[in-house]
Amino acid sequence: MALTNQPAAVPSGAPARRRRKSFVERTINELSGALERALYAEELARAGGLLQRLDPRVKLVGLLALIVAAALSRNILVILGLFAVALALALLSRVPLRTLATRVWVSALLFTGMIALPAIFITPGAPIYRLPLLGWPITAQGLGSAAYLITRVETAATLALLLILCTPWTHVLKAMRVLRVPVVFVVILGMTFRYIFLMLEIARDMFESRQSRMVGELAGAERRRLAGSSVGVLLSKTLQLSSDVYMAMQSRGFRGEVYTLDDFAMRGYDWLALAGFLTVAAAAAWLGR
Amino acid sequence: MHIPDGYLSPATCATLYAAAAPFWYVALQRVKRLLSTRLVPLISLFAAFSFVIMMFNLPLPGGTTGHAVGMGIAAIVLGPWASMLAISVALLIQALFFGDGGITAFGANCFNMAIVGSLVAYWAYRLIAGQAAITAPRRVVAAAIAGYLSINVAALLAAIEFGIQPLLFTDAAGAPLYAPYPLSVAIPAMMLGHLTIAGLAELVVTGGVVAYLQKSDPALLKLSAPSARSADDGAPAPARGWAATRSLWIGLAVLMIASPLGLLAAGTAWGEWGAEDFADAQARQAIQAASGNLAPPASPPSGLAQLSTIWTAPIPDYAPHWMKSESFGYILSAMMGIGLILLTFLVIGGISRVLSRRNSDAAPVSPGGSA
Repeated sequence: MALTNQPAAVPSGAPARRRRKSFVERTINELSGALERALYAEELARAGGLLQRLDPRVKLVGLLALIVAAALSRNILVILGLFAVALALALLSRVPLRTLATRVWVSALLFTGMIALPAIFITPGAPIYRLPLLGWPITAQGLGSAAYLITRVETAATLALLLILCTPWTHVLKAMRVLRVPVVFVVILGMTFRYIFLMLEIARDMFESRQSRMVGELAGAERRRLAGSSVGVLLSKTLQLSSDVYMAMQSRGFRGEVYTLDDFAMRGYDWLALAGFLTVAAAAAWLGR
Repeated sequence: MHIPDGYLSPATCATLYAAAAPFWYVALQRVKRLLSTRLVPLISLFAAFSFVIMMFNLPLPGGTTGHAVGMGIAAIVLGPWASMLAISVALLIQALFFGDGGITAFGANCFNMAIVGSLVAYWAYRLIAGQAAITAPRRVVAAAIAGYLSINVAALLAAIEFGIQPLLFTDAAGAPLYAPYPLSVAIPAMMLGHLTIAGLAELVVTGGVVAYLQKSDPALLKLSAPSARSADDGAPAPARGWAATRSLWIGLAVLMIASPLGLLAAGTAWGEWGAEDFADAQARQAIQAASGNLAPPASPPSGLAQLSTIWTAPIPDYAPHWMKSESFGYILSAMMGIGLILLTFLVIGGISRVLSRRNSDAAPVSPGGSA
């Protein structure tokens, strides 16, 4: 508690060149990042915005319908319209645009942009411009296809993120019952979800304790051996845990049947929202056909 | 490797959901029978495990790091059917909650990685490991190759799925609506990344874990090594071979024939508008003329196109110039893709059955028993 300074301050005598992070550190960062994102989403799901107030089943069906509409549309303006709908939903649900930008837009743009870039040049079609020095033709069809890909990816990813940012995750899983997902899968998903956090913590602890005892850098083969045995240890722990969980379940009377509490109740507000979602999705599918 | 939303057309996504569904169903039935009440905790925990190891940065030869999917290790420890379920659950949670992989493309991702990946990994491991003892170094090599093969077959499937998009789905002006690259570009581009980095990550993790388990917990490796020399358990063997899943293969064959037809139907429905269709056909003729000029020996108009033709050279069947129409090209590539996979399975399965028949039927343990 007394430590108010940044514990990870760089020592003043550190070499000018920044040391490349070891795979252990990178794995720790990634595992912690996943935990942080999950906690943040849980927090946001409790904010009292538009989407947060809706029945989870309405959100699941409604946002999926919008994603499918975006996938079906053959008109870029319609896809952009759906993107605008997603933005409006985000603002009304108090999801900070910064969150969307950092979690989806930038990464999707970089990744898909990189993939879509060569398409501008190599898609056969009518050239509309030639790169000055290289002489590569930019085709109208190439530009069109890159635009389709990027807008579609951004729109679908934004809608998907809205679902989980505005709904407690356990509710999303329970709501999947309306999609006729077998109840045993819903239970498996719920249990997986719960244990993911435990396993993330176990894995992070393993790597942190290893990192704290490590000085200098490991040789390549040694690094791979460490990675392999870390995964192996985690696997043994997983099976041990599964056995423990099973015994705990049995001791509480588990006989193989699974039940979920479907305690959601649709209100007038929810029906209205569902109608709204489906109308927008149907209109988008029709306009973009 | 995790296909996001927007890269595949809804028709392709629906087809791949339909292709995955029977596998999920059969897997659930088989695993339920084998594990009964242990099913829920074992699959849940293993899915959580798969999810977590997908986040590991694995050190690769050459100093880079990569991510693995983990279907190799899941298939070796749990068997292909339970592995399918565990990896599918992990993929669903990734898609829903972590934005890794699309929701509409979830069926495609499961088909590529969870289903085909698990089957390839399992059979490749069984075949290469043969009757080697549980602790034999040969098993480490077999596991590493199985991991490498499985991720690459999954990547090839993804590449074929990408590659057929521009053949089938373009707008009125001829711009591809979904993934923009034809097979001749999509396959080399995908495989380049997977034959190197992603494949190595899977190789390192699968081989490494089997090496570790040989020392620390060899019992976990018994399920996928029923004919290993040291196996001496008396548990009943689960149904093996092709007879047990014959209905599935018939279903797949039907699907193989039906899926291109379904997609063609979608194509003609899209072509209902007359004028554009005519204009589009003209545009395509122009493209085809261009493709004729682009044929391997001729010099292509751009440097990138040139690169792509160089890459196609080893598999000229994918080159578009001799395909009379896009639909024909699609059917052919789809048939070829699926047929190739079926053939691979049949050959691997056949050889492995011959190998195991030669051995007196040693029995595996159920994964529940080893937990």
